Amino acid sequence: MHKEDQPLIFELSTPGRVGHSLPEMDVPEVNLSELLPEGFLREEEPELPEASELDIMRHYTALSKRNHGVDSGFYPLGSCTMKYNPKMNENVARFNGFAHLHPLQDESSVQGALELLYDLQEHLIEITGMDEVTLQPAAGAHGEWTGLMMIRAYHEANGDDKRTKVIVPDSAHGTNPASATVAGFETITVKSDENGLVDLEDLRKVVGEDTAALMLTNPNTLGLFEENILEMAEIVHSAGGKLYYDGANLNAVMSKARPGDMGFDVVHLNLHKTFTGPHGGGGPGSGPVGVKADLIPFLPKPIVTKQDGVYKFDYDRPQSIGRVKPFYGNFGINVRAYTYIRTMGPDGLKAVTEYAVLNANYMMRRLAEHYDLPFNRHCKHEFVLSGKRQKKLGVRTLDIAKRLLDFGYHPPTIYFPLNVEEAIMIEPTETESKETLDAFIDAMIQIAKEAEENPEIVQEAPHSTVVGRLDETTAARKPILRYQKAE
Amino acid sequence: MKHRYLPLTESDKNAMLESIGVSSIDELFSDIPEKVRFAGEYNIKKAKPETALMKELAQMAAKNADLKMYSSFIGAGVYDHYIPVIVDHVLSRSEFYTAYTPYQPEISQGELQAIFEFQTMICELTGMEVANSSMYDGGTALAEAAMLSAGHTKRKKVLISSAVHPEYKDVVKTYAKGQYIDVVEVPHKDGVTDLDALKDMASEEVAAVIVQYPNFFGRIESMKEIEEITHNNKSLFVVSSNPLALGALTPPGKFGADIVAGDAQPFGIPTAFGGPHCGYFSVTGKLMRKVPGRLVGQTKDDQGRRGFVLTLQAREQHIRRDKATSNICSNQALNALAASVAMTAIGKKGVREMALANIQKAHYAKKTFKENGFEIAFDGHSFNEFVVRLNKPVKEVNQQLLNKGIIGGYDLGRDYPGLENHMLVAVTELRTKEEIDTFVKEMGDINA
Repeated sequence: MHKEDQPLIFELSTPGRVGHSLPEMDVPEVNLSELLPEGFLREEEPELPEASELDIMRHYTALSKRNHGVDSGFYPLGSCTMKYNPKMNENVARFNGFAHLHPLQDESSVQGALELLYDLQEHLIEITGMDEVTLQPAAGAHGEWTGLMMIRAYHEANGDDKRTKVIVPDSAHGTNPASATVAGFETITVKSDENGLVDLEDLRKVVGEDTAALMLTNPNTLGLFEENILEMAEIVHSAGGKLYYDGANLNAVMSKARPGDMGFDVVHLNLHKTFTGPHGGGGPGSGPVGVKADLIPFLPKPIVTKQDGVYKFDYDRPQSIGRVKPFYGNFGINVRAYTYIRTMGPDGLKAVTEYAVLNANYMMRRLAEHYDLPFNRHCKHEFVLSGKRQKKLGVRTLDIAKRLLDFGYHPPTIYFPLNVEEAIMIEPTETESKETLDAFIDAMIQIAKEAEENPEIVQEAPHSTVVGRLDETTAARKPILRYQKAE
Repeated sequence: MKHRYLPLTESDKNAMLESIGVSSIDELFSDIPEKVRFAGEYNIKKAKPETALMKELAQMAAKNADLKMYSSFIGAGVYDHYIPVIVDHVLSRSEFYTAYTPYQPEISQGELQAIFEFQTMICELTGMEVANSSMYDGGTALAEAAMLSAGHTKRKKVLISSAVHPEYKDVVKTYAKGQYIDVVEVPHKDGVTDLDALKDMASEEVAAVIVQYPNFFGRIESMKEIEEITHNNKSLFVVSSNPLALGALTPPGKFGADIVAGDAQPFGIPTAFGGPHCGYFSVTGKLMRKVPGRLVGQTKDDQGRRGFVLTLQAREQHIRRDKATSNICSNQALNALAASVAMTAIGKKGVREMALANIQKAHYAKKTFKENGFEIAFDGHSFNEFVVRLNKPVKEVNQQLLNKGIIGGYDLGRDYPGLENHMLVAVTELRTKEEIDTFVKEMGDINA
């Protein structure tokens, strides 16, 4: 990685430089005092940078060298599905006929875009086993909240307004309880049993007349398939609640088990995970939501429909929860996901899941000798180790993660899920070769040895990155959230 | 199966299965109960090779009338602006676009620094003290502003001007329902927020007054008067702003706004059929710890070198879980990068020049419409949009304009009863005098 400190773009700014080529002013200009009311013409200029095009390109190139992406190296970040981002998707999303469409232009002039959205909906309906899909939510958490708002509307429409609680397992993603809160629900936690699965007895205890829904990831965040899913569905449904599927882990079960067949009523997908929309350094994502027939009336509006070969937006949905986003979702990400699905086809998607699961089990078995494996059974697309053994030697999971940086890897997800001590959550994905997995396994084994023989090297890691460990405490205590020109 | 995205060979698979101690991949799925197991393959379209699929998708794209081939006069929250070519070259650096959220700061300094710069640029334009790393879009950013206001003031009602983007209003209402917040619309009068009505409706029960500046009709609101009415009741003053307009207009921060949220799409982000765009969210220093989403902060490493980290994370869902006030996790980081590159390229002087070009060109178009006998509704000071009254339904006019290679403006009748046959026209710096003249002429022919 690039070791030189890179100044801020503001520090590189030089008065008088330009980096743009604005269009000509070819209309007669009018005095500004005629165009703006008094007091509305900005007095102080905003301190944006002044730099030439090459200055700008060098700045961002330098920054890019201080960043690690999937294209830079292995990225086994559990629960995030950091698979290869196909380059073809990027090209397709940049076609003028997709990238430069206005969301409000006449439907007759965007039939190709509507066809793509409609066909993507159809593909996702089949993949999830649901009855209808909306592409409007912008990301996974947005999809969760959308799904929960629909569940709320469904219960209310049935006059069932005492259903104020959403149940989530103790291993759930943090977005689950947060989405429940934002949708106006109270969250109840259900415990995991000694096998890492939802404790059925505890579930029976917490469900009741006030249950709106159970939110579940399957396989769960430990990478384990919830084998009792049908019993769980029965428990929740017979109490009048709905079953919500967090699709963050769909990569584990494509063509193997569909949420719709497991008894789920609502599903969200993360197209930026399973379906290769790139993560972009934190976004944009896309979080479509699929539902069973009884929830269709509550979908956000509009939905893309097809009538006599013509595609259109259907706004006539009186029971809809309304809009969850301006326009129709993150279209550009949906284009990428559609391109990917069409690239893989049915046999390809099946292979994706099979290889993702094979890769994860291979790594898990090879690492199990060197790290504690809390749940000894086949995992799905990811698995969770515990750094307990190393912790006794004074090496924490955080140290292991930081040491991996020296080997050129992005570390796994750490300290999540919360129900495993010193958790290390590894998700290799199907796009990695055996050589890559072996090299990572060797690094993990070496770190385990170092923890025994030379713990300082792990505790003081990283040693090779552009900066060392950063002082997060001061960052939070005395926040500096923007650049200020020195007076 | 052989596929360019799947590297495992038959011999790899066999070696791995042996190492695991199973005889087939199927065995790894034996924990999925028979009853829920999916047999066979999905009933979806068969895979296509790269070139054939590329062709099919190119043909699908070609069925659409895009803004690069057509002359566009539609805005309504999404605009066809100058995108410096360099923006896409920076975005194509895959160290940026294939990275996850920068939770490991030592190998994410590039992304973190770029976002720190973005936060600074948004603060500069809005005149606010703190900006976050991005939201999904302008609409959900505004909804988060309404929720923040309700939480902060412990009041359960927000007032929103009817001259706010109708789809943003819809999104605010959906979110508000989740939080049991009452959303009441303040009517507009001649295209700007009705101050008398606002005075009547303002009270100490109101968490926030939300206006758009410039508003949905392109008009410039009476910011000073609205601020006074709002703060007299200790409500928060929430402003949704097009950040490009703020290159020329006095920023909302100067008018005492508490929260300024909006969409940075005008800076370097293609219209993309409505998304992904880039919500931004900025506040006064006092509200810093209530901001939704990710914040990047400056700090030092163990050797005293400057570095950047995600900070104040105790606000966020992955720490606070059900106590979090927002559930946002993924945001629009890559588009924030696009906006940063565009704001940098356009620069300190260019942003004013570009904003003024919008005002001048829209003014010229408005004047030309008037000279050709059109009536301008809600005529007054405006940014790059204005309203033209037609004799015919806007949809009909737009369909005829398409035949002339023009994408006409927005049909206000869709959202505002009484504004049927009213077209919201947007004129950005990209429209030439010739395009404007042709547009007015064609409109005249169609409207006759």
